[in-house]
Amino acid sequence: MSTTYGRGLRGLAIAAIVTIGAALALAFFYAPLDANQGFVQKIFYIHVPLAIVTLCGFVFGALTAVGYLRTGDRKWDMRSYVAIHMALIFGIAGLVTGSIWAKASWGHWWVWNEPTLVSYLIVLLLFCTYQPLRFSIEDPERQSRYASVFAVVAGAFVPLNFMAVRLAQQYVHPRVLTLTGGNLPGSMLLTFLVSLLGIALLYATLWKYEMAAKNARSQVRRLRRTLLGDDTMRPVGRSAAPS
Amino acid sequence: MNVLFAVAPALPLGKAGKFVAAAYIVFVLVILIYVAIMAVRAQRLEGELTDLRRDVEAARQGPDRAEREPQESVL
Repeated sequence: MSTTYGRGLRGLAIAAIVTIGAALALAFFYAPLDANQGFVQKIFYIHVPLAIVTLCGFVFGALTAVGYLRTGDRKWDMRSYVAIHMALIFGIAGLVTGSIWAKASWGHWWVWNEPTLVSYLIVLLLFCTYQPLRFSIEDPERQSRYASVFAVVAGAFVPLNFMAVRLAQQYVHPRVLTLTGGNLPGSMLLTFLVSLLGIALLYATLWKYEMAAKNARSQVRRLRRTLLGDDTMRPVGRSAAPS
Repeated sequence: MNVLFAVAPALPLGKAGKFVAAAYIVFVLVILIYVAIMAVRAQRLEGELTDLRRDVEAARQGPDRAEREPQESVL
């Protein structure tokens, strides 16, 4: 792995902090109160960007997995692993914030007959099996190959799932973002877009950060093997992370 | 399901504020926990680097000593 993932990390981190700061300021001091939901609607500016970035992260993981299957280069497997790992973290945050919003506006923590919620949970649970799948395979080559195939198939399920929910007849989830312009007023749309950019930048920053950390660890181990011919630094037993 | 919206009036600011605060705190907490885990890993990596440097220095001193020892025995 000769790629330097730490390059540009500082700039990206600053951009993420500034954008998230601006999004918070816009959400609480600029965007008007929602006529129906009042102050509770402010959760929208954190929950929806988290959900969107999560799903995009899963698709990103699938695309990088395609890179591994095409080239056999393990750096693509590492990229896919970190992309899915980060998306899962964002997904859990999105799930909890959504649940809090549901309790505040619907009076229930979870509504099982709501297609958007259930489909999001299915996607999240599907990707939760990615780590155990990796962990169950000891041989690193097979682990990378099987995990990449899983990531591609599960990643393809994300847009299919999204479309299926959109085509569903019964809606309880408000549709505020549509191809015809959506139902958001300008000030709310601007706030939402800045929030989405902030969360996307945060995802990119943390992805690069983790890639840089994993790359550094892998280089230290390689250096040890080269300088000392030492193989004792191998992980003891199985590991879900690419070595 | 649209009935849910019809029967759920907007919460007063006092009550709604707690939910909004909880949602944003959850987000911050998740990120903080992640950063804390990464900090622990960075610390571990620093330890590995320290070990590597010590081992490399020890390995470098080993051959030097081995070269010096036969000369000393000749003298």
